Amino acid sequence: MLKLSKEAFESIRKHGEQAFPHECCGVLLGKLNGEQRVVEEVFAIENKFDEAERYHRFLITPDNYREAEKVARAKKVDIIGFYHSHPDSPSVASKYDLDHAFPWFSYVIVSIMKNKYHDIHSWIMENDRSKFTEENFTIE
Amino acid sequence: MSIQILIPTPLRQFTSNLESVAVEGNSVGEALKNLCVKYSALQKHLYSDDGKLRNFVNVYLNDEDIRYLQKESTPISDKDVVSIIPSIAGGNI
Repeated sequence: MLKLSKEAFESIRKHGEQAFPHECCGVLLGKLNGEQRVVEEVFAIENKFDEAERYHRFLITPDNYREAEKVARAKKVDIIGFYHSHPDSPSVASKYDLDHAFPWFSYVIVSIMKNKYHDIHSWIMENDRSKFTEENFTIE
Repeated sequence: MSIQILIPTPLRQFTSNLESVAVEGNSVGEALKNLCVKYSALQKHLYSDDGKLRNFVNVYLNDEDIRYLQKESTPISDKDVVSIIPSIAGGNI
């Protein structure tokens, strides 16, 4: 179960709308509370994929990842996962998402249709890399 | 020689939750192969079916990406630290 604060949700929604027609991306920081993952903060990362492909691709580089780890350590939280947008496409994890995913992380996907928020879902890849499974989440 | 490999959070479930694992090896590639012998569930997350490192798995020797050194043939010494650093990619369709 992923718990997203209203502020975190609003940040993701706005980032998705602002980045349209490109994909946006960012980091989910928070804490594990038993089976619950509590996202306390999100922060945006510049999409480093080639600009011509950003309408359907995003990239967070290893340098970005290391910076996110430093921020997480300083705030005494963990990297829980990542978010990105699917412009004019459903918030369903794609084959490309699966091919590039790490296990354990929550992958929050926000669908932006014609410049406006449509819906949001969270996914976790199975440890055998066979598929993503939808993760229950709440916005509180 | 024995060196330390730093394991990123998403892969620690496969290394008994260890953040750092000591393995033997004279090159980065040997050390990574020995890591996968020790913790076999890591194999599919680090390597593709054709045995190549997945392109979103980045390996650093101390602070340098091994792609800019001698890749997996990069020699290592016992004071070196190898880090596995994810890059996160995806997108629709």
